[in-house]
Order: sequence, then C-alpha cells, then structure tokens
Amino acid sequence: MENPIALDKKDVSIVLCGQAGQGIQTVERILVRLLKLSGYHVFATKEYMSRVRGGNNSTEIRVASSRVSAFVDRIDILIPFHEGALKHVERRISHQSFILGDEEMISKDPQLNGSQSIPIPLSKLAFDVGGKIFVNIIAAGMVLGLFQVEQDMLTDFIKEYFATKGEDIIKKNLEAMQKGWEIGKGLLDSKRTDVKSWRERLVGEDILLNGAEAVGLGALAGGCNFLSSYPMSPSTGVMVFLSHQMNEFDIIVEQAEDEISAINMALGASYGGARAMVTTSGGGFALMTEGVSLSGMLELPVVIHLAQRPGPATGLPTRTEQADLELALYSGHGEFPRIIFAPGKLEDAFSLTQRAFNLADKYQIPVFILTDQYFMDSYSNVPIFDLKGIKVEKHIVKSEKEYRRYELTGDGISPRAIPGFGEGLVGVDSDEHDQEAHITEDLDLRGEMVEKRLRKLESIKKEVLPPELIGNRDYRILIVGWGSTYGVIKEALEKLDRKDISFLHFKQVYPLHEETQKYLKKAEKTIIVENNATSQFGKLIKLFTGMDIKSKILKYNGLAFSTEELVEEIQKNVQRGDEK
Amino acid sequence: MNTQIFDMDDVDIAWCPGCGNYSILKTLKNALAELDIKPQELVLVSGIGQAAKIPHYFRTHFFNGLHGRAIPPATAIKVINPELTVIAESGDGDMYGEGGNHFIHAIRRNPDITTIVHNNMVYGLTKGQASPTSQLGFKTPVQVKGVFLEPFNPIALAVALDASFVARAYAGDIEQTKEIIKEAITHKGFALVDIFHPCVSFNKVNTHTWFKDHTYYLEDSHDITDRMSAFQKATEKKKFPLGIFYRNPDKATFEENVGVYTQDKTPLSLRDMERVAKLNLLLESKK
Repeated sequence: MENPIALDKKDVSIVLCGQAGQGIQTVERILVRLLKLSGYHVFATKEYMSRVRGGNNSTEIRVASSRVSAFVDRIDILIPFHEGALKHVERRISHQSFILGDEEMISKDPQLNGSQSIPIPLSKLAFDVGGKIFVNIIAAGMVLGLFQVEQDMLTDFIKEYFATKGEDIIKKNLEAMQKGWEIGKGLLDSKRTDVKSWRERLVGEDILLNGAEAVGLGALAGGCNFLSSYPMSPSTGVMVFLSHQMNEFDIIVEQAEDEISAINMALGASYGGARAMVTTSGGGFALMTEGVSLSGMLELPVVIHLAQRPGPATGLPTRTEQADLELALYSGHGEFPRIIFAPGKLEDAFSLTQRAFNLADKYQIPVFILTDQYFMDSYSNVPIFDLKGIKVEKHIVKSEKEYRRYELTGDGISPRAIPGFGEGLVGVDSDEHDQEAHITEDLDLRGEMVEKRLRKLESIKKEVLPPELIGNRDYRILIVGWGSTYGVIKEALEKLDRKDISFLHFKQVYPLHEETQKYLKKAEKTIIVENNATSQFGKLIKLFTGMDIKSKILKYNGLAFSTEELVEEIQKNVQRGDEK
Repeated sequence: MNTQIFDMDDVDIAWCPGCGNYSILKTLKNALAELDIKPQELVLVSGIGQAAKIPHYFRTHFFNGLHGRAIPPATAIKVINPELTVIAESGDGDMYGEGGNHFIHAIRRNPDITTIVHNNMVYGLTKGQASPTSQLGFKTPVQVKGVFLEPFNPIALAVALDASFVARAYAGDIEQTKEIIKEAITHKGFALVDIFHPCVSFNKVNTHTWFKDHTYYLEDSHDITDRMSAFQKATEKKKFPLGIFYRNPDKATFEENVGVYTQDKTPLSLRDMERVAKLNLLLESKK
C-alpha cells in the first residue's frame, strides 16, 4: 500500500498507548516540542493509572492548523506500545483511525471498528539500532516524518536532548529517529495532504507549557520565595518546577513532613516577610484547613494551589475532577475573607497565580488557585506571556516603635510589619486578640475584630475579575463553566456553531462578580457544565445570586470532558425544552 | 542588659499561683538579657496550652500559632530571616503529642532554633488529662485506671535522631536552667531544652519535692559528644538526669542547606524582588 494516510481535517488526534514505564511521556515531550517548533499548533493531555509500572496509560497529542486546547475522543492515529493498548482505547477507535504498530499488536483485529491497521516493525527496527528502548524514538520519528518536520531540526533536538548521555547514545537515537522519520514520510499521502501548509511561522515563537508550569511561572512572577508542601498527585508538578528554579530565583522549596507542617511553615515564612505558597490536592488540603483558618485569624498572606483529583478520601489519585470547590470555599473554621481563582487557560494560570500573591499580600488573606489533574498535565502552545505591568506588589511597612499589628482601620487592613524591619514589635496570635496581638476576652473588642477582618471583603469585591463571555452578547442559551473546562466548552460551541449559544467562563469563582446575575437573567436557558457530581459551582451561584441553574452537564468518572461528548450533551440539553 | 526590657507594662497572667511557668518565664528573660539579645531580635513562637501563653507575658516579636504547631512556623521564620533569634516554646502535650511529627522532623531538618518544652507531665489548659510524658500509673479524670502508655522520652528520641543539642532542666533550679538555656540559644542548630516543672493544680504526683527526689545533674565526666553514653543516660528512669546530654555541632543547619544564603547573607525577607529579566529568559527556554 503506497502512502495510505491522508490528513484532511487540519486537526489530527494522535494517541500513544502503553504501559507505565514504557516511556510514552518521553515520546510526548519530544513530539510536542518538535511539532510546535516547526509551526504546528499542539495540545497534549494524558490519562494514566496510579502505578509506576504496567497498566494502561494513554497520551493524546493533537496537531492542528489553529489553536486547540481540548481533549477529543476521536483517534486519527493510534500507536500502541503494548498488546492491551487497543482494548484500552477501543471505544475511541473508528473508521477514521489508522493504527500503526508492531504486527502482533494489531493483528488480532486488523479492522477493529472499521479502522485501518498498518503494520510497522517498530520492535525489529529498534532491535537493529540497539534494543527495544529505541521503539520510542522510532515512533516519535515516524510521527515527525508524517508531519514533514525538517530533519535538521530533529538532529539538533536529539543532540541537545541526549547531550549528557554520550556520543554513542546520541548516534543511536539519531539513527532511530531517522528510521522512524523515513517510515512516517512514506505513510503520508502528500498528494492529498499538504501538511506543511498548516504551519504558522509564529507558532515557533510560542511557548509550550503544561498547567503545572504555568502556575509555577505565575508564582515566580508573583514573587514567591517560599514553598513548603508534601508531595501529592496531581499538585506536585508545581513543587518540582519551583525546585528547579530555586537557585536562579532565590526560592526556598521545602518538602514538609506533612501538609499540616507545610501550611504552618508557609504562614511562619509569611510572618517573616516571605511570599509563601503551598501546593496540594484534596486529601492533603483537608489536613491544611487548620492553617487556612490560621491565615484568616493571623491575617497572614498565603497562596494555596489546590490541584483537584477525584475523592472522597484517596479516590482516583491520577484522575481529574472539579469537586473541591466547596471544600476550598468553606475550609477553615470561623469566618474570614478569601479569594478563589480557577484558571481555564495557561495564560490565566500564569496571571492569576501572579495576581494571587499580590492580593494575598494586600488583604493578608488566603488566596486559592483551583486547578485539577487535567489542567496540570495538559500541554499546549501559547503566545509568550507579556511581563509588562507585572509587578511584585509588596505591602510590608517598616515598623515604628509603637507599632500595633492589628490596628483597627477603616478598610480592615492593618499595616503589616515583619520582625527584623523597623523598631516596633510584631506579634500575631491565633486567639482572639487586641490590637497588639495579645489574647483578649473583651467581647466588645471581639466584635470589632470580627468586623475588621470581614470588612476587607468589601475592598476585595471591588476588584473581582469579571467572567469572560465567549460568543454573541445576544445569546438565547448560556453555557456556564469554570476552571479547566474552558477549552473544551469553547471548542464544543465552535463545533455546534450556533449564534444563539454563548459561553460564560468564570476564572474567579469567589467572590462572584456582581454582573453574574445580569448575565444569567439575560438567557432564556442556562446550562452549567462541571466536572463533578453535584454542581458545586451551580450551588455557589444559587447561594450568591439566587439563580437556580437547573440544566446541568456533569461528569464525575475521573476523566475530563471530550469535545464530542460535550457537543452531544449540549445538543440534548438544548432540545430538552426551555426550562431555565 | 536589664531583663526589664522584656517585661510587659500591664499584664494579667493566666497561670495559677505557684505554677512552674513563672520561673521559666523569669529564667528565660534572664538568659536572654545576659546574652544581650534585644526584643527586636527575638521571635517567640508558641502553640496552644498554658505554657504556650508565654509570648503574651513577654515584650518581643511573637507568633502564637496553633496547638502542636510551634516548630513549623519557627523553622520558617528562622530561614526567612536568619538574623533573628527564634525560640519555639510550648508544653509537653503541644510539642510531643499534637506536634510530635514536627518535633521528629525538625530534629532531622536542623534549623538553628531553640525548642523549649515546659514539661509538667500533665495537660493543664484542658484540666488534668494525661500528657505524652505522664508517668505510668498516673490517674486522671480520663485515665481513670492510670496511664498505661509508655511515657514519651524526648531526650532519648532526640539523641537517637542525632539531634544537634539535647538538654533537660528543672525549673526549680533557676541558675542551672538559665545556663542551659543560654547554651541552647548560642548553639548553632536545633536545640532541645526539656524543662521539668510542677503543675500545682493538676499534677499532685510530680511536685517540686518529687522532681528534687527524682533528678540529678549529669556528672562533669559525662562526655556530651558521646552519643551512646548520652542515649544510655537518656533512658534512665529511676532518677532523671539533668543537664546537657548531647551536642553535635558539626551538622549543617537548615538555613545553610537551603542554598539561598550561600552567596548572599541578606535575609530573604529583605531582598529585592526584581525578576523580569530572569523570567524572560526562563520563558524563552520554554519555546
């Protein structure tokens, strides 16, 4: 069969499926980087099991002529790395799918779901180069050949990627890459597909990131210089990222003995004058909640990155969910103000995290960044972040002799001094306290202190970020979403192509923007989309606006929404009549 | 320096008359005054409990945090500004019970802080329940048949973990306790000072008389660099040794290990925060 693959959609979904430990992530990393460098838009996301070896993991890489940022069910090209792979993704294989792999992996059912199998002797070729380990690079080369990525680029990349591994390893990998590339090039039906025309030169100038890196970069831009945390999927990526920047940016990254220690350390650092952060997931955050309350009482800034995964308890450690919104909102005993952000785009993860540090400092409160596994682990190319106007806003004063940490002020914000800077003494106390931070049971003063702390919320409300409306201002139907569902809802609506449906995305979920109600009232029908079982954001909207969103599209099996299923669900919901 | 510099003007102390905490408060002030440490250079960090109220009777910087959590913020305060003298101070329940995990790992982390534990072998603030250091058979309204849990041995644990400085004092001996505290504060690295003292309201067993009868000072011949000998002393139960059990001055501190002070000694909290150029470079590398 000559040149069998025609890619006519300008949007190709490649799925790599194998066992943990087979190196699929390496292939993913190489492919997204090289495809992006050569001018393709890319998006990659993965689903994986909570194990270090074996099982079934898959990575989807979308290669397109325009920006993409959502998971699709569809598989155009499948590369299985072990025998169980086809079964693992069978539901997603269709007549559109090409399956490229070793004969024994595809021979059982060469026309599975109408797909077309093309046997490629990956293992044999790898063996010829020097061992099974080279299957990954050959597979990567194959995809790069298919997309006609220039060989020079491959060579440079391999040399750099394996720079520390010695000449022999570089040579073998170059050979493997070359073999794969030749095969890939031979597979593309170039008469029917001009893949090179999809490229945009400017994409090469984009940066390529996943959610964890975007949050980490935002922390750097926000002036973060102290992070204490306990490893927990899927939040650990941020800690890893910042650990690698410790020297360059003067950051202390400390792995604490537990999450309780982590947040108490962060607050100690904050008291000392640091820009402090913790990164955790639901179960770890549950342990941190005493510290959230402490931040509220001591009025010490802390940024809390909470990467959600399915619960309750240990739940599904490596899967995704948006079910800790209520936990974040109500965490910590007692009453005190807080802010909760939930980025939907990489750009937002960067700018919201950066903003979180400034706001935490300004209001002396806990500020949350709510992400999830899907957001943490998904890569795409984005225009390089604009650092103009990015400023580390410090709200620390040099203390005078008679300094009082909890001075009662009109807006509730007491000037914050730190020990070792000025003549005054700085006390903080978890008990109810007087203006000098000493224990008090003066109940009138207690009332004043409660009001002082809550008064800060009034100023906070004045700088709430508005929701983003995507689509016509003149909508009949409004889809509401928050956080990581941004990309998929947006893409689903593009596919639906209906002028009467718009999308309202919230990247600040608490406090809610005052125009929320106005947006909702304008719609004849509102549908809320959430990656949880009880519509937590819907409840939050009802609580603060009185508006009850009855139509819900909820998913809680541990996976993110796919574009296709969301298109279908929205259609079903729209047809279901005009209940509001 | 005069100890009055640490005195509060007008303070209503919540401790019972005759409480051992008074003498620890006074001794600590004396020790700090003799070391010439000013209130502006000192941070007292405490948790919750009767002992943990000490910062409220002390004119200095303070962080009175949550129950069991004196050590984590103290560690962080020190690393953010190593120029400060940081003392974590709380009771036996707070440090060894609720905060036990932090105690263990702080020894491993080795921040240059002093941890002073007011050890009266009972819970005071919650009115008389057993603490981790309550002795076997000690009866309380909760442990009605008497304590049957093996008493927590902070000294042996600390020596076992090769802690940087390990000492025990008895609050009734103001002079010796002061000297031990001074040694602990000036020691570079994590320093534990467990201080025996009576609880006049809830512990009718471990009284001043009991402590006098059940303690003795380590002999001058005790080699504080000999870990095995220190461990052996730490496990003595009939009479509890007092003094400095062990010292390991060769360990790098947390502040030294984190790396931010290798070239620049300026406290991290006071450093300039200009990052745009570096961020731009980092972003470029993500292309």
